Amino acid sequence: MKKSINGSTLKKFITLALTFAIVQVLVSTNIINDYIFSTLATICINIILATSLNLITGFTGQFSLGHAGFMSIGAYTCAIITLRNPTMLGFVIGALAGAMLAAFIGFFVGLPTLRLKGDYLAIATLGMSEIIRILFINLDSVTNGAAGLSGIPQFINWGWLFVFTAGTIILLNNFIKSSYGRACISLREDEIAAESMGINSTKYKVIAFVTGAFFAGIAGAVYSSYYYFLEPNLFNFQKSIDILVIVVLGGLGSLSGSVIAAILLALISTYLQSFPELRMVIYAILLIVIMLFRPQGIMGSKELSLTVFKKWTRGLRDKKNGGVA
Amino acid sequence: MPILTVNKLTKAFGGLMAVSNVNIQLKHGELVGLIGPNGAGKTTVFNLLTGIYQPTSGTITLHQNNEDIAIQGLKPYNVCKRGIARTFQNIRLFKDLTVMDNVRIAMNKNTNYNLLQAFAHTKAYSTEEKEILDESIELLKILKLEHKKDELAKNLPYGEQRHLEIVRALATKPSILLLDEPAAGMNPAETAQLTETIYWIKDNFNLTILLIEHDMSLVMKICERIYVLDYGMVIAEGIPSEIKSNKRVIEAYLGEDTENA
Amino acid sequence: MEQFLQQLINGISLGSIYALIALGYTMVYGVIKLINFAHGDVYMLGAYIGYFCITNLNLGFFPSLLISMLVCALLGATIEKIAYKPLRNASRIAVLITAIGVSLFLEYGTMFFVKPDPRSYPPLTGFMAKTFRVGNLLITSQQILIIIITVVLMIALQLIVKRTRIGKAMRAVSLDGDAAQLMGISVDRTISFTFILGSALAGAAGILVGIYYNSINPLMGTMPGLKAFVAAVFGGIGIIPGAMIGGYFIGLVEVMVSGYGNSMYRDAVVFAILIIILIVKPSGLLGKETREKV
Repeated sequence: MKKSINGSTLKKFITLALTFAIVQVLVSTNIINDYIFSTLATICINIILATSLNLITGFTGQFSLGHAGFMSIGAYTCAIITLRNPTMLGFVIGALAGAMLAAFIGFFVGLPTLRLKGDYLAIATLGMSEIIRILFINLDSVTNGAAGLSGIPQFINWGWLFVFTAGTIILLNNFIKSSYGRACISLREDEIAAESMGINSTKYKVIAFVTGAFFAGIAGAVYSSYYYFLEPNLFNFQKSIDILVIVVLGGLGSLSGSVIAAILLALISTYLQSFPELRMVIYAILLIVIMLFRPQGIMGSKELSLTVFKKWTRGLRDKKNGGVA
Repeated sequence: MPILTVNKLTKAFGGLMAVSNVNIQLKHGELVGLIGPNGAGKTTVFNLLTGIYQPTSGTITLHQNNEDIAIQGLKPYNVCKRGIARTFQNIRLFKDLTVMDNVRIAMNKNTNYNLLQAFAHTKAYSTEEKEILDESIELLKILKLEHKKDELAKNLPYGEQRHLEIVRALATKPSILLLDEPAAGMNPAETAQLTETIYWIKDNFNLTILLIEHDMSLVMKICERIYVLDYGMVIAEGIPSEIKSNKRVIEAYLGEDTENA
Repeated sequence: MEQFLQQLINGISLGSIYALIALGYTMVYGVIKLINFAHGDVYMLGAYIGYFCITNLNLGFFPSLLISMLVCALLGATIEKIAYKPLRNASRIAVLITAIGVSLFLEYGTMFFVKPDPRSYPPLTGFMAKTFRVGNLLITSQQILIIIITVVLMIALQLIVKRTRIGKAMRAVSLDGDAAQLMGISVDRTISFTFILGSALAGAAGILVGIYYNSINPLMGTMPGLKAFVAAVFGGIGIIPGAMIGGYFIGLVEVMVSGYGNSMYRDAVVFAILIIILIVKPSGLLGKETREKV
């Protein structure tokens, strides 16, 4: 038993190290050029955003439409700190400070609003993120208003992207596979039953919300440092919807689903880059069609793992054999 | 020695008195029945005891370690933390989760590792998770569900779902267990089996049990004392033989449904 | 004082628009418990249909208003049939996401066909271009038109809901859909009708805003849609008079914040109001508390 746990940890470690090394080689040899790298950066940022929103909406069942608001807090905080202190250390401090501030605001927004159910919560979080955006537009002295911040020092390379993205996935996965994560999931399933079994619903909703906000802040920091330009309107309602689409397409309650969907949608939108309106129409149709025909998304609430893969291939093989016999 | 005292408990929904002036006392280690015709307010009493409804007036006092603790109006999870667990009449399992997860979720309140240890999967985490796993399997064995631990709760047959509700309640380590119609929908053989199980868990877990049940034969057979509720009021209280011959009880049941009485 | 009265007039005009949109939100929420995110976009389409009637077909204002209401009504019913009806038994979150999808589809579909640039309604002539002066107060004939049409539509709506069979069916379905079904009311037809009524009102609001503000664009529905929703929540969602009161209230607040404070903050104030109501009294001004069955 013990050995197999170590074995699987080792396997995971090797997979991670290999992924990192292969991409690093491709970047160094310029096979991944700047253009491809920007898609890669978008994918990584979207993975962080979608997995963290999935914790709130998919796992805990709390419908949030304000994720872009938390992202913007991380982005602006990190940008302002790195502009004053343009060093690697400044960036790391900025990213952590941004994430902490997003988490902090998440706590104060979440505590009162998480008592609301379903669509009411959705609207309250939407309102909250709109308020944040409007404040950023109006706090001229700090954020340079609607014109935005430019010339933010760029520290994001593949190494940082990898650390932040893999780190987010691993930490969120660990959380979900703990007593805390199970408590969150139980709230999604049946809040009254969960409360009757000793689960403090407010506590776990707030934990999920604050954790989600923290990682959205990280994503914002990575965004600001990679794109070196910020304006409040980048973080509007539309942005929150973009993140939601990834989560829903991948499957509410599946981290691997969010990862797959983030990659898939990045590819689609890179392909459709020259037709921005068409891109949104396709997004819209995608959303409606998924809800009508596969509301559980690509992965449902399952995770992609080797055992699932093995079962699937075995199923295919059995079908084949059955056909022959 | 009393473990729970309910004094003048009243719940009004608008103008309707769902429960009025109910007094109940449970002694440590007792198995007490709560019966009454449909709509008499039995489940409302459970919902009041477990904090799902706030009482309009009256008190609920828990006597633990020589202390009297007022629990009326507490949130359900706080009531649960004080050691009262329940099952639901209309089965409220976490349907889309595995049998194992249903039990593990109920052990949440007794888990000690902190949030950071959960994020980092430290040694404290793995040691305690292993204990949770082992303990869950032990609990599942009591109702012979251990071989179904990886199935989704919704895929269990009806009877086993009721059993899982009991296991889940036990996993919260209660001192008082409230069972809401545990034998509903079971055949006589299953009911007999369940009776044995209820005895067994009561003795082995040192429990006090309050039970709502429609199956009179079950109630008369296993309950030491019975409270009868009608129109939200306690109309009789006593040992099974007294209840059987109580005129008001017979009237209450005849008025509604003769077959049950 | 004069300035205040002037703001009051402006606020009531803007509030009328919000009230018309809010009515659709509230009625739909009443019958199927859905925040119809696409409702703001039906209003946007109403503005475009009005624009095409007036500029391309050279129709007058009133025929354009009628056509706009009619087409929007049809559109509302179609949206319901295609996107929401198949999800009658799905989770609330699934329907809400579908509604967001429909909203994006209408916005960017429109943008694809008419291009994102704003268009302006043709300049008004005759009576419609007049401005009346009462003391130092200025009232434009568009404002008078907006206020009168809104009141007429509201009275008509009240008559339909209170006096007609289908109106009674609407109220029955919003009280208890299952019971209404058992009483022989066709729930599906009632829901369709609710969408028809709500969308027609949104269509009217669209064309009114077109003549009032002159400029229209494919994304113009998002913000007023959200604010009308705030209005519906403020008055108590599902309650028709609540939506009217809420609409006027939000319109007034917005105009007052712009007039006396900083217009940059007017949206923030509206959302702050929303969050405060949701926390303090989520059932809204006229709403009653409900409890969940266990």
